[in-house]
Amino acid sequence: MSIHLDASPLDVQAIRPDFPLLARTVRDGAPLIYLDSGATSQKPEVVLDAEREFVLRSNAPVHRGAYALGEEATDAYEAARRSVAEFIGAGFSEIVFTKNATEAINLVAYAMGNAVWAGAEAERFRLGPGDRIVVTEMEHHANLLPWQQLAQRTGAELAWLSLTPDGRLGLDDLDQVINERTKVVAFVHQSNILGTINPVNLIAARARAVGALVLLDACQSVPHMPFSVQQLDIDFAVFSGHKMLGPSGIGVLWGRQALLEVLPPFLTGGSMIEQVFMERSTFAPPPQRFEAGTPPISQAVGLHAAVRYLSDIGMSHIEAHEKYLTEHLLSRLAEVDGVRVIGPTSVVERGGAVSFVVDGIHSHDLGQVLDDRGVAVRVGHHCAWPVCRHYGVQATTRASFYVYNDVDDLDRLVEGIGAAQRFFGVTS
Amino acid sequence: MKLEQMYQEIILDHYRSPKNKGLRAPYGAEVHHVNPTCGDEITLRVRLADDGTTVDDISYDAQGCSISQASVSVMTELLTGHPVEHDLEVAAAFLEMVQSRGTVDPDEDVLEDAVAFAGVSRYPARVKCALLGWMAWKDALAQAGAVIDVSDDVSTEPDATRATNVTDVTSTTGAGHE
Repeated sequence: MSIHLDASPLDVQAIRPDFPLLARTVRDGAPLIYLDSGATSQKPEVVLDAEREFVLRSNAPVHRGAYALGEEATDAYEAARRSVAEFIGAGFSEIVFTKNATEAINLVAYAMGNAVWAGAEAERFRLGPGDRIVVTEMEHHANLLPWQQLAQRTGAELAWLSLTPDGRLGLDDLDQVINERTKVVAFVHQSNILGTINPVNLIAARARAVGALVLLDACQSVPHMPFSVQQLDIDFAVFSGHKMLGPSGIGVLWGRQALLEVLPPFLTGGSMIEQVFMERSTFAPPPQRFEAGTPPISQAVGLHAAVRYLSDIGMSHIEAHEKYLTEHLLSRLAEVDGVRVIGPTSVVERGGAVSFVVDGIHSHDLGQVLDDRGVAVRVGHHCAWPVCRHYGVQATTRASFYVYNDVDDLDRLVEGIGAAQRFFGVTS
Repeated sequence: MKLEQMYQEIILDHYRSPKNKGLRAPYGAEVHHVNPTCGDEITLRVRLADDGTTVDDISYDAQGCSISQASVSVMTELLTGHPVEHDLEVAAAFLEMVQSRGTVDPDEDVLEDAVAFAGVSRYPARVKCALLGWMAWKDALAQAGAVIDVSDDVSTEPDATRATNVTDVTSTTGAGHE
């Protein structure tokens, strides 16, 4: 497969003015080079404009209040839901807004735990001793700890697919790890630390064969590539607004309609009810059943604007742009003595999160030197501590990019690595 | 340039050639601390004199960035062989300095080589690095049964404020226990 690109399909110089923050300087005048979009993306002005317009003109509680503002707010909130649904090829009422992707995963994990007390319709969500939950060794902590906890609460067993030396999932024992007792398989689409893109349908097919549910952590895929739940044989997907040019404070759970209809609630309270009596209550149908309390309304409006912005650029263009950048950075890093990439070293089934270690320089120290030159990267274990353990590294430095980065940014990073090697005296 | 201000030669020297590194026996207490944000970790042992009032030995094994490694190295040189009470005062002064965001002018008579870490205080993200070894030491000190002879009139004076600061920070970095 040849993926080599001679140029990016994006006009980055035309995009950058949409992001005023990128024009600022840091640390005594160094122009900012932002390479941490895997952690959080910057926001274009249109996202802030949409939120501001909504708050200043239409702010009101949603799904109540028989007055004009309430209608406008409800319409804006539900229009955001529709835009997100269309963006990922989902049905309108299959989209649940949460606080963030972490909450979305916890929602599913806790709802499955609550299935013990629910009716027979929730039977397939029930877990107990003898059942198995499967994750992978490359999960973000957000897609590991909720399942560890669910296993502890229910007595189910936690198992995982491990890693190969080249940064991919070991699938040789797929049929043994996802065994007949497996009730749910939760895994990441694109690793936030390794950049690896996992074969979703291959893993999902095995899960299907044993009747297990499939949850996909799509935090690093939905913002960066065309994504349609219609092409993925999965049951749940989660992602966050702030990683896709949208506001913080909003995440998304997508679930298949038939499943959401029988999934017990997680958080309970106002807005998620059908009828309430002193001794018992009944619940609203999805998505409202999973949106207890006042939802992130202005954040949804901002996310709607972000979805529009991304759609206008085109997700396939964004994917190609990031492949181009990834290929450039991987080839530049390969030229630097003492640098080792943790993760796939080719762009095949790989996205734009590039982690590496530099011999003799701890990632915190490297990050400090880069920061001094205006280059913002993530250092540490990237909330994927088991991955660092697996590859025997204390921490890594990660560059991750988006629509507003270009090859000059990556060259500045590589120059900074050289500067750090000279500063700490590790140049060979 | 700020970078050189933070990475003083003393720090780089201790990073390249750490002092007192390697675990030694006998010891009174051993602790393991981690910095959860970056994964840096340290195993540290303290041996006290028989009456518990003097720090006879501090040994450690650690992995981490230059700031955390140099800081614990400098610390062992400063604190070993001194009365517990003296060491706690030095630790309090170090804590005050690195948490000051650059507002505290450190007393070189008290902190000696550790004044090199004054620049770290301007980088809040690195303060925990500088404190990793010191917090482990303080924890180990308590577990080893250190005896602190503090009379009433001293504890009501400014030193008491310092002691409170130390306690606060110990509890926040306590999240780093494994």
